[in-house]
Amino acid sequence: MSTNGHFVSLHGVTKSFGELEVLHGIDLEVGEHQVICLIGASGSGKSTLLRCINLLEQVDEGTIVVDGETVTGTKVDVNKLRQKIGIVFQSYNLFPHMTVLQNVTLAPRKALGISRDKAEAHARALLRQIGLEDKADEFPDRLSGGQQQRVAIVRALATGPKLMLLDEITSALDPQLIGEVLELVRELAGSGMTMILATHEMAFAREVANKVCFLDDGVICEEGTPEQIFSAPTQERTREFLARVLEGGRL
Amino acid sequence: MGQFLHEFFSPLDFIRAVPQVWAGFKLNLQLMIVAEALVLPLALIVAVVRGLPGRIAIPFRAAAIVYADVFRGTPLILVLLMVEGFATLNFVGLSAETLFRNGLIALVLVYTAYVSEVYRAGIESVHPSQRMAARSLGLSYMQTMRYVVLPQAIRRVVPPLLNDFIGLQKDTALVTIIGVTEAVAQAGFYSSDYLNDAAYAVAAVFFIFLTIPLARFTDSIIKNRERRERAQAV
Repeated sequence: MSTNGHFVSLHGVTKSFGELEVLHGIDLEVGEHQVICLIGASGSGKSTLLRCINLLEQVDEGTIVVDGETVTGTKVDVNKLRQKIGIVFQSYNLFPHMTVLQNVTLAPRKALGISRDKAEAHARALLRQIGLEDKADEFPDRLSGGQQQRVAIVRALATGPKLMLLDEITSALDPQLIGEVLELVRELAGSGMTMILATHEMAFAREVANKVCFLDDGVICEEGTPEQIFSAPTQERTREFLARVLEGGRL
Repeated sequence: MGQFLHEFFSPLDFIRAVPQVWAGFKLNLQLMIVAEALVLPLALIVAVVRGLPGRIAIPFRAAAIVYADVFRGTPLILVLLMVEGFATLNFVGLSAETLFRNGLIALVLVYTAYVSEVYRAGIESVHPSQRMAARSLGLSYMQTMRYVVLPQAIRRVVPPLLNDFIGLQKDTALVTIIGVTEAVAQAGFYSSDYLNDAAYAVAAVFFIFLTIPLARFTDSIIKNRERRERAQAV
């Protein structure tokens, strides 16, 4: 817990790629055990924001504090920091040359220095929880998309992170496979994991989020409880976005 | 035609030249094995250094680039003569061992430059999202390289590596120019002793029989991979 009572705090975060400014001054507070959903159109900066939090992208200005540590400062051990923050990507990004078990145990063994036996026992326990223990020795391309994404979540959990960042993790999945992944995220939320997720699944956001932030053109245009955002949005841009999503049949 | 057959394939000379050419060919085999054993790890180091990130690594990157450019661009025969010239001016004695060593140095210098480019292509072919995933798990740059990037990169470049290995095998014949008594040199001795060139044909046959199995092996690796990847796509 940081001194101001927030687990993650962002202040005035900006990020540009060349001429293109993707984030223009983001302020965001996330309490411990909270689930924050970032919604917004593609290109609104959701993914970039998540990548800035675990320093996969360097912010240009502003500060990010995670668990009391200012991660945007100099002298930050990025590898240590990233062990506290798990991230899961849209395209799973499992390592294709490793079995499921090797995927899950790589970081605990090499980054944390845990013995192979211990890491494997822990990995098998995690895989058992998601019903994929029998796939431990398979290579990722033998698994369905939903199974791969669940393995990717378990891989991110294996280092014991305190914060999970989920970057549109169901966007690459066939509709019938989305449910199993969301079920796992729901369980994680239930277990008290602090999470920030970028998502297009509005119904899911409404169900699990403590707070929903609508990103538009690199700023948080509106934030509030799911009830406020989905039922009584105050900003015109939010209403327009939700109307478009509704037309698409996603709410 | 009869003239040609007699010149290169007269049965008597062909058979008589085999032991002498074989004695030289053993040197080619040694050169090729030792050179390849050095080239594979050294070239990997050059390729990894060339990809190092950050400002601190600039001089190392620059050195790797200059090295690869220079030795890929210089004909092997020139490198051989330069190594030989340098050694002759700076060391005493020209034993068979020093000649062999000079040939080895030149081959390794040139082929390390070639092969480092093959590795580099492989490293660059691994999608950036793989590195990102590894780094996001808390692995360091070098751990990411070792456990995630290089295993995938090397598997992809096995066919071109084998191809360069075939090139190296054949280029061991060039060390004859600096006086290593390998297969081509022995064939030359035979031809001046007996006024018949069958020994050259014998040397050619040795090289061909060495490279054919490797070429087929390379083909089969490529074919197997294609089959596997097609199966994945379905």
